[in-house]
Formats: sequence, C-alpha cells, structure tokens
Amino acid sequence: MSVIVDNNTKVIVQGITGRDGSFHAQQMLEYGTKVVGGVTPGKGGQEVHGVPVFNSVAEAKSATGANCAIIYVPAKFAKAAMLEDIEAGMELIICISEGLPMLDMVDVRHAMKGKNIRLIGPNCPGVISPGQCKVGIMPGHIHKPGPIGVVSRSGTLTYEVVYNLTLNDIGQTSCVGIGGDPIIGTRFIDVLEMFNKDDETQGIVMVGEIGGQDEQIAAEYIKREIKKPVVGFIAGRTAPKGKRMGHAGAIISSGDSTAEAKRAILEDAGVHVVDFPDEIPPIFKQKLA
Amino acid sequence: MKIHEYQASELFKKSGLPVVDGQVTSEVDEAVSFAQSIGYPVVLKSQVLVGGRGKAGGIKVVKSEEELREKYQDLKNLTIKGYPVRKILVVKAIDIQKEFYLAAIVDTAQDDIVLIASSEGGVEIEETAKTNPDAIKKYYLQGQKSLDPARFPSFIQGVFDTPELQAQGTKVFEGLLKTFFDNDCSLAEINPLVIDGTGTIYAADAKINLDDNALMRHEGLEDLRDMDYENADELEAKKHNLSFVKLDGNVGCIVNGAGLAMATMDIVKLSGGNPANFLDVGGSSNPEKVLNAIKIILRSPEVKAILINIFGGITRCDDIANGILEAKKQIDLPVPLVIRLTGTNEKEAKDILTAAGVETFSTMREAVNKVVELARG
Repeated sequence: MSVIVDNNTKVIVQGITGRDGSFHAQQMLEYGTKVVGGVTPGKGGQEVHGVPVFNSVAEAKSATGANCAIIYVPAKFAKAAMLEDIEAGMELIICISEGLPMLDMVDVRHAMKGKNIRLIGPNCPGVISPGQCKVGIMPGHIHKPGPIGVVSRSGTLTYEVVYNLTLNDIGQTSCVGIGGDPIIGTRFIDVLEMFNKDDETQGIVMVGEIGGQDEQIAAEYIKREIKKPVVGFIAGRTAPKGKRMGHAGAIISSGDSTAEAKRAILEDAGVHVVDFPDEIPPIFKQKLA
Repeated sequence: MKIHEYQASELFKKSGLPVVDGQVTSEVDEAVSFAQSIGYPVVLKSQVLVGGRGKAGGIKVVKSEEELREKYQDLKNLTIKGYPVRKILVVKAIDIQKEFYLAAIVDTAQDDIVLIASSEGGVEIEETAKTNPDAIKKYYLQGQKSLDPARFPSFIQGVFDTPELQAQGTKVFEGLLKTFFDNDCSLAEINPLVIDGTGTIYAADAKINLDDNALMRHEGLEDLRDMDYENADELEAKKHNLSFVKLDGNVGCIVNGAGLAMATMDIVKLSGGNPANFLDVGGSSNPEKVLNAIKIILRSPEVKAILINIFGGITRCDDIANGILEAKKQIDLPVPLVIRLTGTNEKEAKDILTAAGVETFSTMREAVNKVVELARG
C-alpha cells in the first residue's frame, strides 16, 4: 500500500509548457507516472512529450479522467491554478510553486472548505510512492519501495533522508513533502494519520524545522496514537532567532518554535530524534529486525 | 517586511483610520515648527523597527519648545537595541481615558484572518493573553472580505460598552481590514487604540508587517524598506534571487533548498566547524546563480573554505557543475571548494567536473568533514 498517490493516480500538469513543468513532466513519465495531460491557457491542442495540452483544467479532466493536478506555474498565477482545480472538482492538488502570498493561500483554503479535496503544498517537492507513481520534483532514482513512510516540511532535506534510507536498502511506502509555508493544504498530523492506518508502513520518518507549531501538534498525536517507530529530524538549530531562513514558515517567533524545543517535545512523545540524517537507517534496521 | 510607525500611520490614514495628527522629522527645527502648529504638549516618538521602544526611553512627552529641543537631542543620541534613532515622529498628545488593543493577523493554524481586540490595551498585551485570555476577543473572517452584519455586532459589543463607541470601533475595524487587504499585511496592529476625554477614538500607534511574497503586486511598498536594518551582503544576494543570511563562522555554505541549507549549517556545527552563512540557491537554478553565490560568500574575508551541498530535485546538478566551472574561470578562488552533488542529472554533473579535474563527494557527512578540516587550516 501507499498513501496519497498510487498506480491509479492520473495526473495533469498545470504549466506543462514552461521550463520546469516540461522538464518534470518528462521525468514523471520516465518514472512511470500516468501523466495524461497538461494545461496551459491558450496553448490547447499542442503536445508536450506526447502528452496533450488543454486550455483549462475542466477540459483536461473531462478528456482524460485525471484525478490529480500538479502545479508548476509562477507564484502569481498559482492561486488561480488551484481555484481552477477546486472548481473542476480535482480530488488531489499538488502545488510545487513557491513564493505565494499568504492571503492567496487563505483564499484557497476557504475555497476548499466542505469539499473532498486534498491539497499538498504549496512550496513543496510533491509526493512519491516508490515503484508506482511520482507526482513532484524529487529525483525518482533515489527512492525504492519498502516499509518506511517519510513526511517532511522540506524538499531537498527529504531527499537527503530518503537517499540514506535507500543506500541502506530500506525502502519507502510513500514520501510526502508537505511544504515549508505557514499555510499549507496538508499538515504533519494528516500524513501521520495516513501512515498510521497504512498496514504496509512499518516505520515513519518525520522531518521538521524551526517555526510554527505543527511539530508540537504532531507530537501530541504520535504520543496518543502511533505505536510504529517514529524517527525525527529538526533542521535549524544554528539559525539565528527572528531571521527568515528562506521558508516563510521557518521563522522563530516564540521560544516554543525553536529546534531545541521541538526536539524535546518529539522526544517526549517517544520519537527518536537524530542529529545526522545518516543516523536514521541503523535505527530502523534495529527496530524492524 | 517591517515598516516604521510613521509609514504604517500613512497607510492607516489612507484607509480612513483616525490616526493622531503627526509629522515625521529628522531635524529639531521641523519638530518645533510642527509642534507650534498643533500646540503643546506633543509626544516625540523614536522610529525604530524593534520592540520595547517605550521601555528603552524612546518616547517623550514635552510641554514647551525648550523641553522639545532638549529631549529631541536626547532621542537622536539614543540607540535602541543596536539601532540608531534617525527619525522622530511628532504627534499631538492625547488626553487618554482608556486604552485598547486591536489587530488583524493571519492565524496560520486556522488558515484564516482573525481580528483581535482587548480592552486591556497597552504594553502588557502579551501578559494579558496569558493571564486573562477571556479579555481578548477574536473575530474570524471565515473567508469573507468584509465584516459580516450577522456576526460582527456581537463581537464589537463585547469590546466597547456604549453604542457610540461601538459605532466608532466598527469604523476602525473596517479601516484596519482595508489596510490589511490593500497592502497584503501579515499583521496590522493598533496598540494602543485610545479614547480621549471627548469620547473620540484614535489610533495612537501603528504597526504593520508586510508579506514579502506579496510586495511584487504593490507598487511603492518595497520603497518603505529601511536599509539600516538590511545587511549589505543579504541585499546583494537578494538582487540575484538568492536567499542569504550572514552568520559569524568561517565555513561558507551554498545549498539548494531552505531545509537542507539549515541542516547543512547544523551539521557543520555538530562536526566541529562554524557556518559563515545560510545560502539557498533555490530551485530552477542556472549556472549564473552559483557564480553569484560564491562571489557573495567571498565578500566575507573570514571564510576559509566553501561547501557546495546540492541535492538535485528541481535543481539540476549539471547546471550547478557548469556554474562551478564558470566561477573557477572568472574568479581566482582564494579558498578551497568542497563539492557534494547528488540527485537530478548527478551523472552528467560528475562527468563535467571530473573532466575538469574537480573532485566531488557523494555523501553529506564526507563533504562536511572535509570542509571543516580545510577551514581549520
């Protein structure tokens, strides 16, 4: 099993004619993802890597039966792209675009209210269920199928963690990059719940960072509900207080959101918090033996 | 981005908020002539972008020109939390009968905008939030862009006790909300909102934080940035679309992605080194970015070695490799580079660098150990 994406995921790419959209559409196709269409307003009728391009999400959805949209458009168009997906009733939206204004995300979250739509991101690497489907920008070859679920606020740091797992022959059920922004569609606790319910996921890695309270909320859930082994990593121990470290969410606003505070709360919840990403595989080798 | 009180007051005024008559000044004579036009007493308020201004002695009430001249000079000589006082806002002194706290903020845990009000205004609002949370009233917009006639009255009635004040208070919240939306604020705060002896409400302070991601769609807001609070290297980096923060160590770090960049700094430190900076080259990198990143790091003479730690996703390792070669061609590098490349187009990148005789590492641990050793000298 896996979470969020699998063999049945049929993807359309919003922004497929752009540099990033085109490159990653090709990478996803090579991985075996069912990329069934692309959307760029005004460019309907073209083809990119053999994939048909449509003018609108609604058109693409009805022509291809897509159930997932991935967004690569520039930040200023990302809100409109998400609202179009919501309007068209897309089940799953994965927004890679970064640098979205916060008020745009407030609007998007309200438009989603009461609808059965899952949004991952924005400002995230996407989701991969190794061996089945990759919807995102992560390098496919560093992943392999296996028993560990990975959830992370970061992009490249997630790759680092996954790479270490795979090098040690420990595969993954799914790896979910939830994004580093203050307002995101899916939070730690949502993905932890999915991994907890997923029978094939035997262990979980959670990669957090400074800023916000999501790790603390996740810690409460882990303490209460999760019996599977959880390993944690928190980035930002050397970050100076009050400084913005690229991710809008990674601002140390109060004592509670420092790396040390988060590490302590997670440890208290029974999470094994490590200092180096390469310390993660030996823990699972031992716990899953 | 934080802006000064006098700038926030201007934005408030544009939205129809009742701000106190005031003028921002850099010279004492400007302050004197403005004070004469509105009459004494007046308040002199130091314009700094750090909290605790009042407690640091940055606000003075003066009753005469003589006193103004003396106190103005005192404030101009003041440094608050390391920042010099360059501008002083002169405002009419108000006969304050009661103080309130008002704010509009994005509540990221609720994905919503919330209006906050408390009749226990003033500097101790954070204390009130802890000790008497019931004194703090909240109103969530629930996706609406204006005040809901069905829900808002009960909120405002909980804050102000007379219909007259409730009517004025509603206008204030309308103005606050207009300011918030018109400028893409992440915070707009009035602390204190005051009532004078005649029962009139004034915004006696103005605080606004702007969403950096939204500055691009508001003409003129970027101009409000105070360069006193910006690091020259960080500004230079920004021009090249690099996210950079200066630290005090000697190991330069060039990384893609904020999370990995933070983790790289942490691991350099845990491995016995000291990071000189945070630098995220971002996604979609082109070779030019690496060159600019190296140049910015080399502006700090204390840097003894540079670690390039790239895990390619949307970033392609071959772009980075080409950037490294370009940098080597253009600059006579005074410090060693330690390069770690993994991920998208890793093989192409290693081929490019190996052909040029440049060593690369595959794991972060190896690369960090190497760069820490080189920085030690």
